[in-house]
Amino acid sequence: MRFVLANPGLDNRIPSYKDLERTEEEAGDRPKWDNKAQYILTCVGFCIGIGNVWRFPYLCQSHGGGAFIILYLILLVLEGMPLLLLEFAIGQRLRKGSVGVWRSINPYLTGIGIGSMLVSLLIGLYYNTLIAWIMWYLFNSFQNPLPWSQCPLNDNGTGFVPECQRSSTMDYYFYRVTLNSSTSIAESGGIHWPIVVCLLAAWTVICICYIRGISTSGKAVYVTAILPYIVLTIFLIRGLTLKGALSGIIYLFTPDINELTKPTTWLDAGAQVFYAFSLAWGGLISFSSYNPIHNNCMQDAMILTAITGFTSIFSAVVTYTVIGFRATENYDSCISDNILTLLNAFDLPEDSITTSNYEAAFHHLNSSNPDIVFGLGIKPCDMQKLLSEGVEGTGLAFIVFTEAIMEMPGSPAWSVLFFVMLFCLGISTLFGNIEGVVVPLKDLKMLPKKWPQEAITGVTCFIAFIISLLFAQHSGIYWVTLFDNFAGSVPLLTIGFFEMIAVVYIYGIDRFNEDVKFMIGYKPSIFWQVSWRFTSPLVVLVILVFYLVTQSQEELTYLVWDPKSDQFPSLASVPYPSWINLIIFILAGIPSLTVPAYALCRLVFVYFKKTNN
Amino acid sequence: MLRFSLSELLQLLKNFCFSFSGKMLEKILILLCLTSAAAGQLCKPDASDGYKVRLSIKTALGDQAYLWDEKEMFLFRSTMAYAMRGQLNQQFDVSNIIVCEETARVSFWFVVTSPLNTSNLVDKKSVEEAVRKHRNRINSAFLLTDETLEFEGIPRTLEAPFTPDTPPWLIVFGVVMGAVVAGIIVFIGFSVVQKKRKKNKKTPEDEDSEEEESRGKTMENGAANEGVYNMSFTDEERFTRI
Repeated sequence: MRFVLANPGLDNRIPSYKDLERTEEEAGDRPKWDNKAQYILTCVGFCIGIGNVWRFPYLCQSHGGGAFIILYLILLVLEGMPLLLLEFAIGQRLRKGSVGVWRSINPYLTGIGIGSMLVSLLIGLYYNTLIAWIMWYLFNSFQNPLPWSQCPLNDNGTGFVPECQRSSTMDYYFYRVTLNSSTSIAESGGIHWPIVVCLLAAWTVICICYIRGISTSGKAVYVTAILPYIVLTIFLIRGLTLKGALSGIIYLFTPDINELTKPTTWLDAGAQVFYAFSLAWGGLISFSSYNPIHNNCMQDAMILTAITGFTSIFSAVVTYTVIGFRATENYDSCISDNILTLLNAFDLPEDSITTSNYEAAFHHLNSSNPDIVFGLGIKPCDMQKLLSEGVEGTGLAFIVFTEAIMEMPGSPAWSVLFFVMLFCLGISTLFGNIEGVVVPLKDLKMLPKKWPQEAITGVTCFIAFIISLLFAQHSGIYWVTLFDNFAGSVPLLTIGFFEMIAVVYIYGIDRFNEDVKFMIGYKPSIFWQVSWRFTSPLVVLVILVFYLVTQSQEELTYLVWDPKSDQFPSLASVPYPSWINLIIFILAGIPSLTVPAYALCRLVFVYFKKTNN
Repeated sequence: MLRFSLSELLQLLKNFCFSFSGKMLEKILILLCLTSAAAGQLCKPDASDGYKVRLSIKTALGDQAYLWDEKEMFLFRSTMAYAMRGQLNQQFDVSNIIVCEETARVSFWFVVTSPLNTSNLVDKKSVEEAVRKHRNRINSAFLLTDETLEFEGIPRTLEAPFTPDTPPWLIVFGVVMGAVVAGIIVFIGFSVVQKKRKKNKKTPEDEDSEEEESRGKTMENGAANEGVYNMSFTDEERFTRI
């Protein structure tokens, strides 16, 4: 398709090939990567985040295991890789941050850059709150016994606090001690100061790592991008030696072909690919703009795709060894409890019922004394049900994993290792995030030019810290979930879609091909051409439309921790209050609508200028 | 285990006793039989002042489990007597602890009779307090724990979770924050020092150019082609070097 919208003055706004060759040889004032490894590690760290460790394994298991993995890998190549190369190439060619790039293509498209910046800001706020929680757990891992292994006693010392007794020590520690969560998003309940302290720690750490831009963060990624892989390998080896690990892995990889026929599976796979690559955040464009002009960005895109796919599956395997171990432990203790109940009720000698003859003994006793057995209230122990309790998100890291770690000998060491890994995963993503906020701010000239990089970073971190105190309230966890669901979903899809349309049809796919040929020496193959023009925009559009349709039909509910509800200790599902619709519009609507809104405003502004002249 | 009702037992004993001659022997035997029957009356399941005890020796000790026999039962009764002595300061003896309803599970009921009057039972509350006070000693006599040596109805006194004086997380937090703040100060200090160095480099250069300007001016009268030192030419020199 040779369809390109008229775009006058494009050549005046972008550097020509001669300019690019010249600036390549001169020492410019634009930051540069020390070496290629730094760039690749920064991109890997940006793409591989906390979501890889807990979101992908959960989706895998709830959508049919092995079948979902194949679907995910297919969509990774069809949808993720083309958009990744697009962002890399356009950043490397136009040598500007996200706002600068879109402004160069066409001033009316600056809205895309502003949208990216807003999305990065909103995501960064709640992402750093997750890092603050991880730091809290990390700080508390330096003691034996671990604080989440014990319940506090009640007043007369005869039993445990009922909230802890009815749920579990890990749940209690997370929801009560760490967060002190209220029962609804409307009850703010004041500020919980341990979280404020941890938020302060998190924002100061990111401030110092990014204080001079990529010259400091580029050194930090040597640790933050490589350490998670080392820790994951250690956990893999440890996990495979645990009892029940294989049952977890088999459960993960068992394909359920029926799931492939459901549209929600495709939707989740497509959305997960999008979030996995951190596309449309603006950080990748910025990072690529610091590359030398003839850097082979196509090779980088393929390397990054391979690494992301491998890491997702690797972390899923590690996660499911741990989940398999935990499920087996719970199953064994369930059987032991049942055996003990039967022995006590019928006064049988201790060795008469063992795990091997439990079923036979149970049947025998049930047939001879059915009413006694019924009165004991014995719960059946179901291994499949225990395996499917692979809780998603925050629950997986802070509840399931901490429970498994408690069972391992030397648990404080494993706990420290685990939370250091999560911390590194989170902070390396946050580098890209902060890049996607600070560089557009500089491009939009919203901060005084005379300020040095240190001051800009410091002020941005400080303001973000103040805003993120919203998550330090007692209802903070519900706000985090709200931000995660809405700020990190629809806006990314819309901005990604606009990016592709802008490059292919406004910048011109032919010109783009020429640019890539200039940079790497050969024109992209037919696969890329078809993907950029048809496949990727179509996939993104379909996902977006389906997503909006399904979301608007459902009533908006969320899960709360309410000791007084009937479903306690499970989270209760309650509907959102009505004012939440305004918040959702701010989170999801405003970043998505900046693109048309800015174009419209500029149109009006230019028109008035013309009529005045 | 054969079960006899009270009347049957008495009947048997009577027959046994009457088969012997000698009224003294008869009386003693009847007395003994009656006390044991009376004891059987005091100790029964769901007795109002009795407790059920359950031991899980194999669960606790695995391969090193000992067999539960009458020696262990004797140890239990003497341990309970010791606990009661500690609680009530009376001379309890092994005979004051009456055990019945032993099962293969290793569970049984026991009651405590008062040493002052063997037909009276010590009330439930005192027994409970005695057990709770001496729980540790009773457990260690049998190498068991609170879970494996259960007294049904007596709650365990739970140990309060260990809370150190300074929360350890504050220490780690202090270390991390200290390192980060020190790092920030070092960075900012470094950049300020670098800026000062740059300024110092520039001021000697400015002085040089002023001198050369004045030299140029003083030489104006002498050499016409010297002229005033023009900074823009030096910039071009930089480019042409490439």
